Amino acid sequence: MISCLPLDLATGALLLWLGLGLLGFLLGGWPTAACRLIFPLSSVVALLLAVSGFSALTAPPDQLQLRGPLPALPWSFQIDPLSGFFLILLGLLAFAVTLFATGYFRALSRPALRRLMLQYHTFLLGMGLVLLAANAFTFLVAWEIMALASYFLVVTEHEEAGSRHAGFLYLLIAHLGALAILLGFVLLAGAAIAQGGPFSAMLHAPLDPFWASAAFLLTFFGFSAKAGLLPLHIWLPDAHPAAPAPVSALMSGAMLQMAFYGMLRVDFLFLGKLATWWGPFVLGVGLATALFGVLFAAVQTDMKRLLAYSSIENMGLIMVAFGLALIFRAHGLGALAALALAAALYHALNHAFFKGLLFLGSGSVLHGAGSVSMDRLGGLIRQMPQTAFFMLLGTLAIAGLPPLNGFVSEWLLLQAFLLSPALPQSTLSAVLPLAASGVVLAVALAAYAMVKFYGIAFLGQARGARHAHEAGRWERSAMALLSVACIFLGLFPGVLLNLLHPVLQEMLGQGFAVQQGLWLTPVSAQRASYSPAIFFLGMATALGLSFLLIWSFFGRPLRRVPAWACGFPVRTPAMQDSSLGFAQPLLRIFAPLYQAEREVDGAGRWRMRIGEPLYRGFYQPLSLLALWLSAQVLRLQQGRITLYLLYSFLTLLILLAVWR
Amino acid sequence: MTGILLELAQVLLVAFLAPLFAGLLRALRAILQNRRPAGCWQNYRDLYRLFHKESLQAEGTSWLFRFAPYGIFGAFCLAAAIVPILATGLPLAPAADVIALVGLFALARVFQVLAAMDTGTPFATLGAHREMLIAGLAEPALLATLFTASLLSRSTSLSVIVAHLEQLRFALHPSMVFAAAAFFIVLLAENARIPVDNPATHLELTMIHEAMLLEYSGRHLALMEWGAQIKLTLYVAIGIALFLPWGIVPTAEVASLPVTLPVLLLKFAGAAVILALIETLLAKLRLFRAPEFMATAFLLGVIGLLTFFMLGA
Repeated sequence: MISCLPLDLATGALLLWLGLGLLGFLLGGWPTAACRLIFPLSSVVALLLAVSGFSALTAPPDQLQLRGPLPALPWSFQIDPLSGFFLILLGLLAFAVTLFATGYFRALSRPALRRLMLQYHTFLLGMGLVLLAANAFTFLVAWEIMALASYFLVVTEHEEAGSRHAGFLYLLIAHLGALAILLGFVLLAGAAIAQGGPFSAMLHAPLDPFWASAAFLLTFFGFSAKAGLLPLHIWLPDAHPAAPAPVSALMSGAMLQMAFYGMLRVDFLFLGKLATWWGPFVLGVGLATALFGVLFAAVQTDMKRLLAYSSIENMGLIMVAFGLALIFRAHGLGALAALALAAALYHALNHAFFKGLLFLGSGSVLHGAGSVSMDRLGGLIRQMPQTAFFMLLGTLAIAGLPPLNGFVSEWLLLQAFLLSPALPQSTLSAVLPLAASGVVLAVALAAYAMVKFYGIAFLGQARGARHAHEAGRWERSAMALLSVACIFLGLFPGVLLNLLHPVLQEMLGQGFAVQQGLWLTPVSAQRASYSPAIFFLGMATALGLSFLLIWSFFGRPLRRVPAWACGFPVRTPAMQDSSLGFAQPLLRIFAPLYQAEREVDGAGRWRMRIGEPLYRGFYQPLSLLALWLSAQVLRLQQGRITLYLLYSFLTLLILLAVWR
Repeated sequence: MTGILLELAQVLLVAFLAPLFAGLLRALRAILQNRRPAGCWQNYRDLYRLFHKESLQAEGTSWLFRFAPYGIFGAFCLAAAIVPILATGLPLAPAADVIALVGLFALARVFQVLAAMDTGTPFATLGAHREMLIAGLAEPALLATLFTASLLSRSTSLSVIVAHLEQLRFALHPSMVFAAAAFFIVLLAENARIPVDNPATHLELTMIHEAMLLEYSGRHLALMEWGAQIKLTLYVAIGIALFLPWGIVPTAEVASLPVTLPVLLLKFAGAAVILALIETLLAKLRLFRAPEFMATAFLLGVIGLLTFFMLGA
């Protein structure tokens, strides 16, 4: 048997993606052929990538060096269990999303399709390279490829000003983040940065506490710009809805996780020795992000914008779990750190699947019903029954309801929280259960937001008059695949947790108790147990039995009648809750947070706009400050050479005075 | 084998005695309000009548509307198999701990809310978003309460918690006192009782839970009502298990059931008296005072947690 090493397989898959992107660019003139040929092939490649990820979990780490642009600056790649896990995530999500794209992009104009083919595959390639990079140079180049390709995808509809603005904001924040990451790597690699900053030189970088904290803060800032954490989330709610649905699915499901991957590698592998305050800091940022994200998700009127805010919330939850792992690790409680980290990784994979599913579904809604504005939708469950069914599964999963997958990671996270009394620091262990209540609040409000998402768009009476049609075959099969993934991860959590073992081993030197059969017992059966499969069977049995009994005793055919609606004779779609109406209680309770603007226009129509508080409160003053500073700097520029010589002279004097 | 039998007995007992418990509550309330009660058995007569009536389906509703009553009923039946009421260590109990149990209640609620939104009528959607609000605010308080109990007994399994608390028969846990107060508020809110919601209201504008049932009729309505009664009973049972666990024996000691069963019934009767008193003495809150009520519960839960960390008990 020819042993195909995981790294060869992964790099091969990435090269194939590049080739397919170029081929798509050439074939773009024949849209149907290009879509039917390129996308299915590319989804097979994605599956190859996932396979390489699976094999990397058990295979020994592997390295590959290629000659770079400069002799001392090689392109360097590696694969280890951590990158393996994220390759699985990327590969499986890209597999479904690309299948969806086969049907979705048929209607695109030819030049747009040519560009999209290239950019889409470059984007996938960039994400894959980020995971395989083994030195700072390769990593940053891959990071930029990913950022730029996704920028071009965000501005796919560049005719619209909103799209361009979203792209600009995204590019700006992405580069701020990249700059911070670069500085962090410089700190970590030290002298080795001249050789491209090989990751092997950064392993357990010998930094004194101050510089270690500086490196931690710089990389955390840089990665959180990509992850959409508070206050750098500002680009996310604009960029995700602007991109086409498959791209939004990839950006939200996979690209945000690349930031998490970076944090994991830097914090656990490079920094190794953790300061005690990092964990609470990350946890605090995560919790604030989660609550902020969910509160704003609940008041959105656009389906994709709502999902974008929900991505912010989910990244926040992942950060809470990650922060908890950092706390446990810093206090030397490896087993508990493994539990918290398992919750974070589990949630990352869950989020990729259900958020991918929901973004794809909203893409189908956009094509089928012509809008993703919830105030023009309603009752889609009748016109798009299959899409509606898959979306229902996605909604229940993301709302954290058993027996689907969102609940499993929530459960693991809460279990990890409940083990906090083991911490030696009593103030911290007293505060942590409160943070757990915060997590529960975020999850409960997420159910509010997602019930609104589903209920307004898919249930009730249609608000717009337009007829909707069901999604195509490719689209539906992609959604079905992701739904199956959500159900599988929900019912058989032990499978994934056992797979996570090498990853945890690599990060913490300590794994997780092996899960037996259908049971999930992270610590001991006495401590806590959950068996989603038995849970589901029990519920299905109770449901089936009650249905059979009631049908056999009292069964009579149903009669369809007009809704009673408390006897009101008139019933129009406008009498249902609008998307803001559904969120009205929250708008009222958290009014200071939302700062909603209410206005009545000339025709007597009442409108409400909810802006982004941080945009007005933080970013606008910041940009004004930057403009003012630039204006001040402009005074230096007088256009006279004598003055410039004076500047040089003064600089020299100062340098001499300082360094002598 | 005894375990499975006991499990079945518990589910059936809860399902068939839940209307009696709710009926007792109704009767007590009527007596306290100087009305003549319809008797403890009225709920059975109502259910019987509803089951024999024709079920109507509002035009424009989907399969969700028909599925929801069974889904909700199934969820509560499963919950009845998990909560230790007759005995701890039932065979199905390890399948879900307290967190999963809360998740199960949330699942039932989401189906109810989605079914209400499916009808597309104004009052149903009004009830839907109110229900999600109350639940969203009650859930953190509920889990803060349950966390206190879990931290105390180092387990999230209800059976283990009960077994642990039962051992410490005469130990007083200050943290559990606060937790009990918080749990009580959550119980009122989650079961649509006064002061958050009024189960007997006929004014649609003030409804929360009832508003979601407006389009239901016949056997579907019966299932929904029955489900709500089971839910109330289960909440009371969870409260008893957490705060008055004496008399809930391990499955192996099933022989002592003849002694413990009357004690259990007595505890339920006591709970009904307290609930009826509360509902008579309190007035319904305006909807936007409900968040403050929930915040009180949450704060009590938090104080319970902090007490645990300060006193270790």
